[in-house]
Amino acid sequence: MNIVVLCKQVPDTESRIKLSGDGTDFDMEGIKWILNPYDEFAVEEALVKKEAGQAEKVTVVGLGPDRIVEALRTALAMGADAAVHVKTAEGYIDSLATAKDLAAAIKELDCDLLLAGCRAIDDDMFAVPSMVAELLGVPQINVCGKIEVGDGKVTAHREIEGGAKQVMEAALPAVVTATKGLNEPRYASLPGIMKAKRKPVDVKEAGATQNKAKGTSVSLPEERKAGKVFEGVEHVAEVVRLLREEAKVI
Amino acid sequence: MANVLVVAETKGNEPKKIALELLTKGAEIAGGLGGELSAVVIGSGVAGAEGKLGEYGAKKVYVADGAAEYNSEGYTKIINEVAEQAGAAVVLFGATSAGKDLAPRLAARLDAAFAADCVDVQLEGGKIQAKRPVFSGKAFRTVTLDADKCVFSIRPNSFAVPADAPGGSAETVAVSADFGETKVKLVEMQESTSAKADLTEAERIVSGGRAMKNSENFAILESLADVIGATVGASRAAVDSGFAPHSMQVGQTGKTVNPSLYIACGISGAIQHLAGMRTSKVIVAINKDPEAPIFQKADYGLVADLFEAVPKMEEEFKKLLASD
Ligand SMILES: Cc1cc2nc3c(=O)[nH]c(=O)nc-3n(C[C@H](O)[C@H](O)[C@H](O)COP(=O)(O)OP(=O)(O)OC[C@H]3O[C@@H](n4cnc5c(N)ncnc54)[C@H](O)[C@@H]3O)c2cc1C
Ligand SMILES: Nc1ncnc2c1ncn2[C@@H]1O[C@H](COP(=O)(O)O)[C@@H](O)[C@H]1O
Repeated sequence: MNIVVLCKQVPDTESRIKLSGDGTDFDMEGIKWILNPYDEFAVEEALVKKEAGQAEKVTVVGLGPDRIVEALRTALAMGADAAVHVKTAEGYIDSLATAKDLAAAIKELDCDLLLAGCRAIDDDMFAVPSMVAELLGVPQINVCGKIEVGDGKVTAHREIEGGAKQVMEAALPAVVTATKGLNEPRYASLPGIMKAKRKPVDVKEAGATQNKAKGTSVSLPEERKAGKVFEGVEHVAEVVRLLREEAKVI
Repeated sequence: MANVLVVAETKGNEPKKIALELLTKGAEIAGGLGGELSAVVIGSGVAGAEGKLGEYGAKKVYVADGAAEYNSEGYTKIINEVAEQAGAAVVLFGATSAGKDLAPRLAARLDAAFAADCVDVQLEGGKIQAKRPVFSGKAFRTVTLDADKCVFSIRPNSFAVPADAPGGSAETVAVSADFGETKVKLVEMQESTSAKADLTEAERIVSGGRAMKNSENFAILESLADVIGATVGASRAAVDSGFAPHSMQVGQTGKTVNPSLYIACGISGAIQHLAGMRTSKVIVAINKDPEAPIFQKADYGLVADLFEAVPKMEEEFKKLLASD
């Protein structure tokens, strides 16, 4: 069995986000880039399956400009065997265009199980893996906290609304997305990082897919003004009164 | 035809608040595009939801009653068929756990322009402009949906719903709820035991942090929450310490919530926690440390021991609500 993992490069959660001069996009100057934390869960899961003898090869695939090779190297340093870089220019690319180019790249790989994060912490779409599955016409299970493979099928546990849980099963090939709680991703070891430098990164040019959701402008939220702070439990009644009379939320 | 279809979620046959938000926004878009607004409900025992959906603007309600347990493939199939029958150019979902699962699938199937989790939606020159939070709410990106078909989802509690329904009634169209064989099969289902709204849809939330000390102490938050109709959440520190299940976690690696009232109890206000709740309309913080960063984001802060303040707050809310 071969596992392919989608890996996206995203800004570190502590990054300060700035707008570009013309307000049409973000200014990414000086951003610290990381591998999407949800994709780390997916990479870890693939490596665990390989170590258990359930998979032969783990390939990571990422789409974006040249800088994203760094995120692919992180996954290689964790232990993935090979990487595919679907190369694009800088700039906003919508979910469906991303999914189309990723699906095209995956079609060329021998893929039995496609793992991905359930969401990218930059765009937060929860969309690309579902779209890839639709485009490839394969079964798909979202937001899983436990994933088992065997007998040509995958069984995955997912949490749905209000803490309800579902166990789903599908024949391979299939797409499964990972959420927190699935595993504890390993850190890349120093030998892992050295080895990663020699692992193959196959570069493919992205197709000329156009965005259907065109980025028009970006903005920052209004700063939350510090509110009223009261010292002492005797002010509870005052806070409750303000929630009714001033904030009108109760 | 630029018709608009709302995928309306229900609890039993009662439309959820998000369904009414979608209709309110959907009516505006249908009006602007000169199309008709319809809704679809899928599930078991959902018939009867038409009444209220009609009052909030749906001209037709497609009812797929008697559907099997939630299955994204099966439900996408039904929605796809209804969208075709309704001549829908625009399909709206709530950014709920089902909506997040279904909307991108439908978008790929329809080759539609797609935007998830929108907090503001406007028509500009006949095109839909959707504003959505990115980088965990640190910024927004506005996109123009530029295609013959558009699919988007709306973050619950983003739009006001008029308390009095605008009025009207919908024609009911029964559709098949049998989605046949699916590639993904349900092996086991564990229903939620909670009667409360899911965190992502809750209008009021009471959350506890590391300061709760253990899971038993969450009972004081549950008790307060019961009085004001809130759902209980938790910080990651509380979840990682085993005080609460991960399904209750609010933040970067948990749920993104958008209530009108968020009461943070014994939560310091780390950036990753804020990432999940910063769009709350009103934030109340109870923390015994006056220097806690949460006070810089809170509309109302109370420097106090939560074990004294929370029961007292429950009493005060009870008094207030009893006097109504
Ligand atoms: C990649 C990443 C992802 C993360 N994702 C999340 C996430 O999704 N959600 C999340 O919440 N965190 C997340 N975190 C963790 C986050 O950084 C904080 O560690 C966490 O939010 C702290 O939780 P806390 O506020 O409950 O605990 P603490 O920071 O320990 O704060 C406890 C607070 O309780 C107060 N207190 C103590 N006793 C009392 C009392 N008796 N009465 C009143 N107040 C009292 C203290 O003054 C203190 O301010 C993430 C971190 C990383 C690195
Ligand atoms: N540009 C990309 N390259 C590789 N994987 C991606 C890319 N965009 C999204 N993904 C995958 O899809 C998941 C969900 O992303 P999103 O739909 O953007 O929230 C991510 O966790 C990744 O696994």
